[in-house]
Amino acid sequence: MPDVNEATQGPGQRVAVFGGIYNNWLSLSAVLDDAARRGAGEVFCLGDLGGFGPHPDRVFPILLDRGVTTMQGNYDHSIGHGLSDCACGYTDPRDNHFARVSYAYTQTKTSERWLPYLRALPPFLRRDWQGLRVHMAHGSPRQVNEFLWESTCSDAFLARLLRQFEADILLITHTGIPWSRRLPEQLGGGLVVNVGAIGRPANDGNPAVWYALLEVPRGARSTAEVTVSWIPVGYDVSALAQAMKEESLPEEFIETIVSGYWTTCLEILPAKERQRGRF
Amino acid sequence: MPQYRLPVVSEPKPAPAREGDLCADPEPSRLPFVGLDTLWLQLTGTLCNIACRHCFITCGPKETRVPMMSMGRIDALLDESVTLGVKEYYLTGGEPMLHPAFFEVIERLLRLGPVHVLTNGMLIDAGAAARLRQAFDGTRYALELRVSLDGTTAEENDAVRGKGTFEATLAGLRALAQVKLSPVITVVEHSETLRTAEAREGFLAFARSLGFAQGRIKFLPLLRIGREQRRTHGYGADESVTGALPDEVMRSLQCNSSRMATEEDVFPCPLLLDAPTARMGRRLAEATRDIRLQWAACTTCVQEGLSCRT
Repeated sequence: MPDVNEATQGPGQRVAVFGGIYNNWLSLSAVLDDAARRGAGEVFCLGDLGGFGPHPDRVFPILLDRGVTTMQGNYDHSIGHGLSDCACGYTDPRDNHFARVSYAYTQTKTSERWLPYLRALPPFLRRDWQGLRVHMAHGSPRQVNEFLWESTCSDAFLARLLRQFEADILLITHTGIPWSRRLPEQLGGGLVVNVGAIGRPANDGNPAVWYALLEVPRGARSTAEVTVSWIPVGYDVSALAQAMKEESLPEEFIETIVSGYWTTCLEILPAKERQRGRF
Repeated sequence: MPQYRLPVVSEPKPAPAREGDLCADPEPSRLPFVGLDTLWLQLTGTLCNIACRHCFITCGPKETRVPMMSMGRIDALLDESVTLGVKEYYLTGGEPMLHPAFFEVIERLLRLGPVHVLTNGMLIDAGAAARLRQAFDGTRYALELRVSLDGTTAEENDAVRGKGTFEATLAGLRALAQVKLSPVITVVEHSETLRTAEAREGFLAFARSLGFAQGRIKFLPLLRIGREQRRTHGYGADESVTGALPDEVMRSLQCNSSRMATEEDVFPCPLLLDAPTARMGRRLAEATRDIRLQWAACTTCVQEGLSCRT
């Protein structure tokens, strides 16, 4: 995992950030418990609450009760507006097949009373952390379903996004695999963090899920002083697998949460990220 | 829904320059430019080691009308690309591996960003495969190889790519499998049988048989320009792309965020190499502006949803 630093104690801001809950209320609760234990002052979810897992309605009350600041992903927009597909951005027939299965299930099982909530989620979030300008987006600041993988984004491109959206720190998700990058000073510096997803593993052979803990020291003068820690969180995988089975979700999805390796959405993976997986 | 009509004229011959590469419609669709994400380098110009019958820019062993790129030109473009925030680089030709500094070029590019190489794979022997693997491992960025193969048998492939090309490309693919690099096998739908779901399954099985457990296949529609126009036919007089394009079409077109550079010029995309009216200037900065989809090849991209992305 790149750029792993232990967050330090001290005044300033300590925040937990994640994306891609994918209906996984068990991992969501485990992540929130962990973030609370580590003293996160605020918790952000960058969208995609549904898809993949069982019982979508179980996620919403947890987010609300525990005060998670949540923004809208492509899935939330599609479900909220009753669209015919998730707009995930896949191009391969196999990826699209499983995306359709997943979307049809979530759409059917999401109660109508939650649709206004999903529709009202903001499409992006802005914050000022110790004077550093923070932009949070789902896929990318310019397109909700754009995949920003570690291996496919040049420094120059990420610097362009920071300039264009007037940010020092850019936080994104959508790909489901976490990474972070500190940009060189000659390109203006800055920090980009793809916070990954907590609804399923990161294709690394570990059933645990990952979230990002960011520490911004009081009076931080640049992003160089911001630390990013990647926190693995275990949860009751067998309970989720059992619930997925009872809901007749695809065996391929269950295999993913048990093994830690993706079995679907593979065609969208760039060569480098795919080689880290099994399939 | 907007009405699409296909362009009037394609290229009966790649040269000389003429105004006929423009469609007749006075108001072709406008495509906003969203920023330079992708830079294509026409590394070997039109020089290729084979002369495919469906080649849309008429490349071949004797085709030197578009020159090979010099290192000076490449350096200048790369400097500009960093300033403009380019996300990724594509190398094409002709056959890019014919460039005498091919490996030096990809190693330089990989220091800046992800690289995609479009090749027929015929020049990939054990040594080249090992060097590609070294380049793949030596960078945090993606090195994606796209190997063209137009059939799962010599009969099917060689009918358009030339005698002996099937075996030569297979040798390249096997060399890549040996070093555990999984290319995207790129297939042009040059016959009706290649436009079926069975064909896709067939190619995946074929890829597995070569040793690619994670086989990746990309199908591309025929572009009725260049040599393909002579093999079958060009675009009809009533064909052009007009009217406001739906958002999803505009987003799918790579030319909304890419440009292709040769030794001399910058173009909207690699298909327009022989369209003099598509020249946008020598520097990338001159080409970062909206275009109109006014060329014959635009029809295929819009109607078939063709994306040059890997």
